[in-house]
Amino acid sequence: MGYEVRSQGDRTIVALSGDIDLESSPKVRSVLLESVGARRGVLVEMSAVSYIDSSGVASLVEAYQSARRARTSFALVAVSESAMRVLELARLEQVFAIHANVEEALADGD
Amino acid sequence: MGANSEKPDRSGAGHPPMRRWDDYSFPGERIANMRVAARPDCLRLVRAMVTEAGEANDCSGECVRQMVMAVDEACQNIIRHAYQGDPGGEIVIDMRRQDDCIYIHLVDFADPVDVDTIRPRSLDDVKPGGLGTHFIRECMDECGFLTPPDGTGNCLRMMKRIT
Repeated sequence: MGYEVRSQGDRTIVALSGDIDLESSPKVRSVLLESVGARRGVLVEMSAVSYIDSSGVASLVEAYQSARRARTSFALVAVSESAMRVLELARLEQVFAIHANVEEALADGD
Repeated sequence: MGANSEKPDRSGAGHPPMRRWDDYSFPGERIANMRVAARPDCLRLVRAMVTEAGEANDCSGECVRQMVMAVDEACQNIIRHAYQGDPGGEIVIDMRRQDDCIYIHLVDFADPVDVDTIRPRSLDDVKPGGLGTHFIRECMDECGFLTPPDGTGNCLRMMKRIT
């Protein structure tokens, strides 16, 4: 698993890549919660995520809920096909805000 | 969604408790077998083995993906719940083919789990965790527990029809 954190405007973009599994999800969780804790909107870019399991999904849900409590935006961007299948399996595709790309997310205010 | 579309069942209540078989036999011809430490860093090896075995046995990409997810989630449950994070535990993954079915057995040597308590949680409650059993039930055609002959450990059987 790899990750990169960068800023674009008033948003933090966390780009995840590789396999998000039981070994790597604690790091994903801490990176996402730290980004949300900065009280800037967070976009999670997932085009290079090759695999995500239930522990990775749990990290996303925890960050999403933390953002809601902090009243900041939290959205997923460019979700890979394999990751989207897992979100659909968990029926979370209608819970998360999901955008095709960063520009679309910013235009929608997420 | 159309006006007549039914709301998806998110309750988890539609899933009965895990089945239990009394006979301790593994059907079919062995196609792969692995014994790994019950540690998170070993799961990539498990996923690689399931992928190779599925691809070598006429499984489609989607079929392989679903088996990989189910085995990965089941191993996670063993690591987290059966062994409770003890890295000294071991998991045996046994894959067999019988006609157009792949049988996967996961054996651990932890204390026996209460099978009746293992069922998917409600998906209406959006919260972190608790999705693993739901994923297993959704990905596989059949799953349940065998009773180990000496009463120790656990054996999960999962079956996937080859598509």
